[in-house]
Amino acid sequence: MEALESLLHGFGVLLTFHNMLLMLVGICLGILVGVLPGLGGPNGVAILLPLTFTMDPTSAIVLLSCIYWGALFGGAITSILFNIPGEAWSVATTFDGYPMAQKGQAAEALTAAFTASFFGSIAAVMLITFLAPWIATFALRFGPPEFFAVYLLTFCTFVGLGKESRHKIIISLALGFLLAAVGMDTVSGELRMTFGSVELLRGFDFLVAVIGLFGISEILLAMEEHLAFKGQEAKIRLSVVWRTWLTLPRYWLTLLRSSAIGCWLGVTPGGAIAASFMGYNLAKRFSRDGANFGKGKIEGVLAPETAAHAAGTAALLPMLALGIPGSGTAAVLLGGLMVWGLQPGPLLFVEQKDFVWGLIASMYLGNIAGLIIVLATVPLFASVLRVPFATIAPMIIVSCAIGAFAVQNAMFDIWLMLGFGVVGYLFKKTGIPLAPMTLALVLGDKAEDAFRQSMIGLDGGLGIFWSNKLVGTITTLALVMLFWPLIGKAIELVRGSGRSVPAGGESSRA
Amino acid sequence: MSDGPHADVDPALVSTRSVELAVMALLFCLSIFLGWDNWRIGAGWAPDGPQAGYFPFYLSVLLGGSSLWGIVAALRSEELREEIFVGCSAFGRVLRVFLPTIGFVFLVQLIGLYVASFIFIAAFMVFVGKLKLWKSLLTGFVFSALMFYVFDVQFNVLMPKGPLEAAFGF
Repeated sequence: MEALESLLHGFGVLLTFHNMLLMLVGICLGILVGVLPGLGGPNGVAILLPLTFTMDPTSAIVLLSCIYWGALFGGAITSILFNIPGEAWSVATTFDGYPMAQKGQAAEALTAAFTASFFGSIAAVMLITFLAPWIATFALRFGPPEFFAVYLLTFCTFVGLGKESRHKIIISLALGFLLAAVGMDTVSGELRMTFGSVELLRGFDFLVAVIGLFGISEILLAMEEHLAFKGQEAKIRLSVVWRTWLTLPRYWLTLLRSSAIGCWLGVTPGGAIAASFMGYNLAKRFSRDGANFGKGKIEGVLAPETAAHAAGTAALLPMLALGIPGSGTAAVLLGGLMVWGLQPGPLLFVEQKDFVWGLIASMYLGNIAGLIIVLATVPLFASVLRVPFATIAPMIIVSCAIGAFAVQNAMFDIWLMLGFGVVGYLFKKTGIPLAPMTLALVLGDKAEDAFRQSMIGLDGGLGIFWSNKLVGTITTLALVMLFWPLIGKAIELVRGSGRSVPAGGESSRA
Repeated sequence: MSDGPHADVDPALVSTRSVELAVMALLFCLSIFLGWDNWRIGAGWAPDGPQAGYFPFYLSVLLGGSSLWGIVAALRSEELREEIFVGCSAFGRVLRVFLPTIGFVFLVQLIGLYVASFIFIAAFMVFVGKLKLWKSLLTGFVFSALMFYVFDVQFNVLMPKGPLEAAFGF
């Protein structure tokens, strides 16, 4: 019950007027970020990160993580009312959410979506509360080889479990690592891949990359796809909320199942997107009238939203306990930690108790506050979308430029952001995933350091990664994950069963 | 966003296969280039462990290998040949936002971020969005002023400035 004590302590840290205010501001900004096309979790947080440079770390993380919660809530609004997913993880919500809105049940669908998000999130936060300290204690024994093995596991999981073609995931990873390595080498002090350029000496800041890859490219895509927001009316009356809430206990199994899927996929870097599709597909398969899915069933809204929100929240678990983010936004938050002068990793739980437990407490409060705010302000945010895109687009671009410049006060970074925007546009359209690249950019230096520290004094032998039980297990697990598609096929062959698992409905961009 | 033709009847500008081939080829060249640079600074083993170029060199090899794989996969795929990467009018819309953005970044360099963003937003609304002039000017002004207040005044995050801000003593 040590965790509960620490949690109470965290609430103590959190419950100041200043922090509560930041929380409200963060949630409102987050919903806005979630609603607007072109602004998503990762780049929304990245743009606002410079504002927190002068804050104390606890207030800063409260603000930024609340933007994240808000964005998770906000994604559902556009999916249900406009049939346009504000975020990739709310694509599955459109399948049943929009038909419900067309039938005039927009308020029920929204209430269900927000409540489901809340439920999934709280499930994941509870997991973090009790599991993260334990994992962190365990990870305190880790040396460089163990850490490298965990990084390896993260990246191998991406390759093995990703939905995209393997070679495209590997390209994304390798490119991220290479970009992270540009600049001064931390161990030998040598310059790498700078080609005599002074600007490249600083290396590529991953925040600039995130803003370009996710922000600018989204604007280009939105423009190309000719977005027009013709949506359903949004008004939520309290009586409807009550009525919807009363029906929810009937779907307890769906909620629990989706939470479990979300927690699992969030911790492994499968991410919220995969979780939402999986939650939806499983709910459809196990439901008594699965045939009616896609025609406006409330379960079809509950399942993906619960899973997406649980995954989005659970992605913070490995970030807190091991210093390895489980999602793009978690990666940006991790970058924030480093900017504020905190060393991510298991030591956080020992050295920065206020920070860690303040953050965990803010996850509880932030989600409660988020639920209330989002229910109350849906009409307001829905009306934001009726503003012409020609007004929103330049504003988002200006915000992106501000965010990119503020990272290092460098004009070059704004150009770099534009370049990354083009890269992001091309990659998204050719099916090269961006999340592995973001993660590799953030973790590149750390992974390399861990590798080289483990290798000191060895002449090229990789035996160190099997030198004891712990590191051996993790490394082997990483290889299993890497070759998972092959192993899965082999198992199926042995069983001799030809039934294939239906793949999650992919969102085709082209 | 004024033009009529929808993406369905939009004539294809380029197929997904061509773009994918081009992207993969570029990545392959990049991997050779980076691999060579890392080989130059040493990609082997020093007595105290791997040299500076070791890690990035093998990543370049990985990148090169996967992009070659990508080229082969794209060449062999029949569906990609049929798939439209972007239509003509869709690409026109992309340029209509991308070219002004380049202009905006140039302006930032010349006259500072806030004035540039005022011009960018107002001009974009008028010429691309075909919105009313007064609305556009007002929106541009309010947004730029708000950004200035939040970032420069409230949070002390300094943006590039030009002659106008200097005239006001910032």
